[in-house]
Amino acid sequence: MIPSASPKTESSLGDALVVENLSKRFGGALALRSVDVSVRRGEVHGLLGSNGSGKSTLIKILAGFHAPEPGGRICLFGADLPLPVHAENAKAMGLAFVHQNLALIPALSLTENFRLTRLSSEPNWRISWQREHDAVGDTLARYGLRLNPRAPVSSLSAAEQALFAIVRAVEDLGADEAGRGRLLVLDEPTPFLPRVGVDQMFSLVRRVVAEGASVIFVSHDIDEVMEITDRASVLRDGALVGVLETRAATSADFVERIIGRSVKLFHVHALANTRRAPAAEITDVTSPGLGPVSFEIGKGEIVGVTGLIGSGFDRVCGVVYGAQAATRGRVIVDQTDAFDLAHIDPSAAIAAGVVYLPADRLGAAGVGGLSVAENEMLPVLSRMRNRFGLDRKRIARAARDLGVTFDVKPNAPALPLAALSGGNQQKALMAKWLQTQPKLILLDEPTQGVDVGARQQLFAALDAASLEGAGILVASTDFEQLAQICHRVIVFARGQTVAELSGAHLTKETIAECCYHSMTRIA
Amino acid sequence: MSGSDRDALRAYEERIAALEGKLRAIEARFDGAPARGFDFKSAAEKYGLIGAWAVMILLFGLFTPTMFSWPPYTSMLGFNAIIVVLTLGLIIPLTAGDFDLSVASTLTLSAMVVAILNVKEGVPIAVAVALALFVGIIIGAVNAFFIIYFRIHSLIVTLGVGYFVNGVILWVSNSAVVFGQSLSSLVGVVFSARLFGVALLFWYALILTIGLWYFLEYTAAGRRLLFVGRGREVARLSGVKVEWVRAGALVGAGLISALSGVLYVGMRGSADPSSGLSFLLPAFAAAFLGSTVIYPGRFNPWGAFVAVYFLSTGILGLNFLGADSYVQNLFYGGGLVIAVSISQLVRKRQAMD
Repeated sequence: MIPSASPKTESSLGDALVVENLSKRFGGALALRSVDVSVRRGEVHGLLGSNGSGKSTLIKILAGFHAPEPGGRICLFGADLPLPVHAENAKAMGLAFVHQNLALIPALSLTENFRLTRLSSEPNWRISWQREHDAVGDTLARYGLRLNPRAPVSSLSAAEQALFAIVRAVEDLGADEAGRGRLLVLDEPTPFLPRVGVDQMFSLVRRVVAEGASVIFVSHDIDEVMEITDRASVLRDGALVGVLETRAATSADFVERIIGRSVKLFHVHALANTRRAPAAEITDVTSPGLGPVSFEIGKGEIVGVTGLIGSGFDRVCGVVYGAQAATRGRVIVDQTDAFDLAHIDPSAAIAAGVVYLPADRLGAAGVGGLSVAENEMLPVLSRMRNRFGLDRKRIARAARDLGVTFDVKPNAPALPLAALSGGNQQKALMAKWLQTQPKLILLDEPTQGVDVGARQQLFAALDAASLEGAGILVASTDFEQLAQICHRVIVFARGQTVAELSGAHLTKETIAECCYHSMTRIA
Repeated sequence: MSGSDRDALRAYEERIAALEGKLRAIEARFDGAPARGFDFKSAAEKYGLIGAWAVMILLFGLFTPTMFSWPPYTSMLGFNAIIVVLTLGLIIPLTAGDFDLSVASTLTLSAMVVAILNVKEGVPIAVAVALALFVGIIIGAVNAFFIIYFRIHSLIVTLGVGYFVNGVILWVSNSAVVFGQSLSSLVGVVFSARLFGVALLFWYALILTIGLWYFLEYTAAGRRLLFVGRGREVARLSGVKVEWVRAGALVGAGLISALSGVLYVGMRGSADPSSGLSFLLPAFAAAFLGSTVIYPGRFNPWGAFVAVYFLSTGILGLNFLGADSYVQNLFYGGGLVIAVSISQLVRKRQAMD
């Protein structure tokens, strides 16, 4: 290709951002495979994709957290951005980010937060706070925000904090002088905002665009993307699968591109069509951002809960187990043990036959520096005693047997847990709980970071447990996996259950349909 | 299922079969390795300090042959048993992830309580000892209450409580050494009586080391303590009552520190308001240095035991060479920092919390 004569380069002169042939490899896996994205000047450009689609990898490359593979090119307002990206470089060329974590310091005032970069990088021997407060107040007012610049950021609502962070990011880029453009990246800013906050944010985004900036809007939510963007790029499995003109596209176009299709490998046993006794009856569960919701899990049934970020589904397992506090709620396990969720702790849940495998594998589920055997035996230490105290030989034997049953590789219980691969860690941690023959199994994102082979073994282990009569609750954002292993899936939005899918209706397409359209429907 | 899907599936299954073959080969190698028994690297890690100890004695012995005679060791083993006991108390909360900076103050107060009650108030020695141990439990409970109920970092609480206790010591003792003939019965069973020429004190410390080792390694409570220290959230989600375990650890530290205070009176035949406080840093140095040996990466009683005598042998040798008493500070202070650096290397330099 001759660069100067290429029509692509010609047209890209008018673009705010051109990304060409960008790839990123993590270990053996390609997280991003030669992706091309272009954002026009003055446009709001959506970036969509499910978990693991590569959209966060792309954003992280732009922000300078990751170095891309050689061969890619990023061009900002007609000038090449040297790779790997250095944050200061990108900023000097007009690129600003607002991440979900807004990077505000809650205890400091609005003015201090607003001037953070300037105060920390320029010499300041005498700050006139009066002048700074007034200037910040005026700037905020220009964007339609009436906020007291002297107040601490912690006094703002979640929505106001997000709006404030956006204004700060835009203003930090300085005025749009001499044709140098401004591009603002909003990285999933909406999941934790109430609907009003989202509306306010969108009007702010329009104002920012009216001031001459371009915006990249990263989101899970199709409705929001359709509302605010002019065009949108969709990523799946690390590749660009389409660029849509938002006005001309339907939500079905988006859904189809986001989820795609692939091969199924494992099927759980079918449920007999008879009425089963409940393994757990969950009533009026309420906690911040969730509920009140009620549902039942039958014996031998695998129930999935899902939704978008911020929909509250990911709290269900922790709250039912007593790991996080609930304000209200009741659980009856196996029709006998009843719990008030406001006063339950994990030890009581375990005593009733409830177990919980959190998503944070080496932070909450197991200790990486301790051995596999020690991790596995923690809940059953009282069984491992002889006359003289803990029986080391018995522990080693029990751990080795678990390793065989659950196919932990390598089956070396003396190794530290952290030395195993993600999938084998998860098998060992699953074994830790399944050996207690629980009545209700709660799982958060059980296959995150687990390779495909180990996944099938985990599913088989779950299937075996459900055949023995355990009720299983799986919280996950992997729709395909839910469709594969669940008998029934409950979809959450804004802390409420909005749909229940089972039988022939239970496919990843229908789950996606329910998730992506539930946000606005119930607001 | 379409033809291309089936092909993809077959290719996929072949790939998995190949990978599984590889894995089996690796496993075969792995399963063979531990059976061969002696692993030099891990043995060097576990027992390196004992080797270094022997080398140190040899080196000092080249300059001062008294290093090779038994008598100086009998008194060294006796005197430093106090630090062994104090270190054993300290590693209980350390294992649970909490610091206790008040242990040396508890030691001193407990010694003072025994001496004052017995000498000035005429309380029988057994009763005085029981009350001193009770005082240790109270201090541990106060630490636990502030650390756990108010969720304050243990460093802050135990620093404050330790300083407060120091004030109490100066108050009740009028800043003076307390001694009396009536303490001699305690001295009799702690220091005067000897086994193999070494004061009973040393053997008490040895018994306590075995006891704590058994508790940490062979009881369910000891395992839970370990999990609380290494992964508090993991322990909580596995049904461990984390708060009670931490409180128990702090109370245990108070009790054992108080015991070391009783032994201190038994060694000296008196209690003085300040000298016990100088044991704080040696105890920390020994706890951390000990955590790099025997069970590397864990605070452990045998490691602590070995570390105390390793450090005190070094000081003994330097004293023979005519060094001043300041070498103690150099040795213990430097020992603490080096010990923590080594344990960080064992942990592959993860950030400490």
